[in-house]
Amino acid sequence: MPANRFNRFTEYGIGIGLRVPHYAHILEKKPVVDWFEIISENFMVDGGRPLEVLDQILEQYQVVQHGVSMYFGSADKPDRAHLKRLKALVKRTKTPWLSDHLCWGSVDGTYTHDLLPMPYTFAAARRTADKIRQVRDYLEVPICVENVSSYAEYHVSEMTEWEFLSEVTERADCGILLDVNNIYVSAQNHGFNPYDYLNGVPAERVGQMHVAGHTKFEKYILDTHDHPVLDPVWQLYAHATKRCGVTATLLEWDDKIPSFGEVHDEALKANAFIAEAEAGSARSEIALHL
Amino acid sequence: MSGLRAAPRHAPAQLRSTADLRTLQRLMTHALVRPLAAGDRTPKQWIDGRRTTAEVVGEFIKPNATLTAVERIEIYHRVYWFRLIGAATDDCPGLQALLGPRKFERLIRAYLAKCPSRSFTLRDLCSRLPEFVRRFPSLSRPQAAAARAIARFEWAQTEAFDGPSWPPLTAAQIQRVPAPQLRVSLQPYLSLHEFDYPVDRYVLAVKERSALRSAASNAREGELPADPVKQRRTLPPPRREKTYLAVHRFENRLYYKRLDPAQYRILLALQAGQTIATALARGGRRIQPAVVQEWFATWMRLGWLCRRVRGKAVPVREQ
Repeated sequence: MPANRFNRFTEYGIGIGLRVPHYAHILEKKPVVDWFEIISENFMVDGGRPLEVLDQILEQYQVVQHGVSMYFGSADKPDRAHLKRLKALVKRTKTPWLSDHLCWGSVDGTYTHDLLPMPYTFAAARRTADKIRQVRDYLEVPICVENVSSYAEYHVSEMTEWEFLSEVTERADCGILLDVNNIYVSAQNHGFNPYDYLNGVPAERVGQMHVAGHTKFEKYILDTHDHPVLDPVWQLYAHATKRCGVTATLLEWDDKIPSFGEVHDEALKANAFIAEAEAGSARSEIALHL
Repeated sequence: MSGLRAAPRHAPAQLRSTADLRTLQRLMTHALVRPLAAGDRTPKQWIDGRRTTAEVVGEFIKPNATLTAVERIEIYHRVYWFRLIGAATDDCPGLQALLGPRKFERLIRAYLAKCPSRSFTLRDLCSRLPEFVRRFPSLSRPQAAAARAIARFEWAQTEAFDGPSWPPLTAAQIQRVPAPQLRVSLQPYLSLHEFDYPVDRYVLAVKERSALRSAASNAREGELPADPVKQRRTLPPPRREKTYLAVHRFENRLYYKRLDPAQYRILLALQAGQTIATALARGGRRIQPAVVQEWFATWMRLGWLCRRVRGKAVPVREQ
């Protein structure tokens, strides 16, 4: 079961983030890449170089949009001007699905430009799910919400993060962008078992996965996206792939960005775990037929 | 300048409604956008001056085995400020070079405290910086006048980089209408400036120096002075010199073009919706027709002129 309705039944393979330091290499060398993930906000502009580059990329590659400012969990209503710009971009890229984070980051129109954790309550889940539905209906594209890494928890929370993720996605009937690095980071910061999280997520809703690197500090771990993926995260990814099936996967590398080749090679390491999951799945199928 | 409502006195004890969610989010936003204290720490006193931060944050954030509630909020607090200061630094290399890293950072911290972001994109972060620099000259003394000019110049570059464009006018379209009645507009991404400083040369010098330092650093790390004060001394502040500039883009690359004062006046009149005849009159009587023709030919080659219908330019998004 490689694809589902939350990623329009596509089998996208392994992608990487489209980042400025790689533009020249990509446009000149046209390397073989399954797909690129773009940060929507970088292209929600009226003209100029960003859209010129995007159009050149779209001529050659499949692109999926990933946002950082929809703030599904903010109490504020969705901003119409923002949605209008986003829809114009959706039409331009023909993204098969669109992802953004299960978080908040603005209130009263003031933006923190951060992905702040949600209070895990039923009221917050209802509000967030309503907003996801509104956005999906306006944009007319499947939505996947991504779990964020977090460094704080609220007293008012009534459930675990994975229960909240399930509650929101069931209510909104949307997909999940499962970031296994974020699960690892949050598990370390809050002291839960990351495998409990993975096993608690509705696997049939996972339309995409993220892997990334992080940085360890003395008392907490920060989601920095400036390293190769660490081994415990790959192990989580392997488990997630076994549980959810082969899923469109993307490596995030946003700071101290190395060469294109290095980033792509790191992303392609996911193939080994995918092959392992596929072999396991084939073995199970054979066993069923015997 | 901020739309953020006043901080609620208390966090909700339970979260039962969107109003409760808003209260919690408003309180936490106040905890993040307030300035950091010395050593980039979260201040011990809460913003009301009466309670401690620990009392207020402890109402809504849980501690864990290794971090207090305030330490957990402090992670977000520091990330907020470092991210925004970093974004402003990327957008304003000229202003940073003029003021020096320390004074620049003080200015940006004061700006962000007064004008938190009101846009979903960090691209707009410095949109109000030119006005802020003008209103609070003490933060950029003794270079306040040059700082005003450079802040305006650097924001114009952001707008020129990815602002909207309209279909440029062709020679045939111009020839169809008699000059006295013809009204044209300028591309919305193009801005015209009269500066008291040669900001273009200064910012170019800053960028060249930065590129040189970067190349040299790759070759022999640590060879060039790492002390920001010493670095600043190598580039003297600009001296007063009247400078007219058009900040624009051509083939999607950013440019700034020096203008003759007469060119500046003509273009300003066109931008304001005057007819070509009126705009030319603003240019002065001494300009030879052949010279003006050459100017218009250049502006058309650069795609600056576009059509104006009933007092408004025709907006067309780039395809």
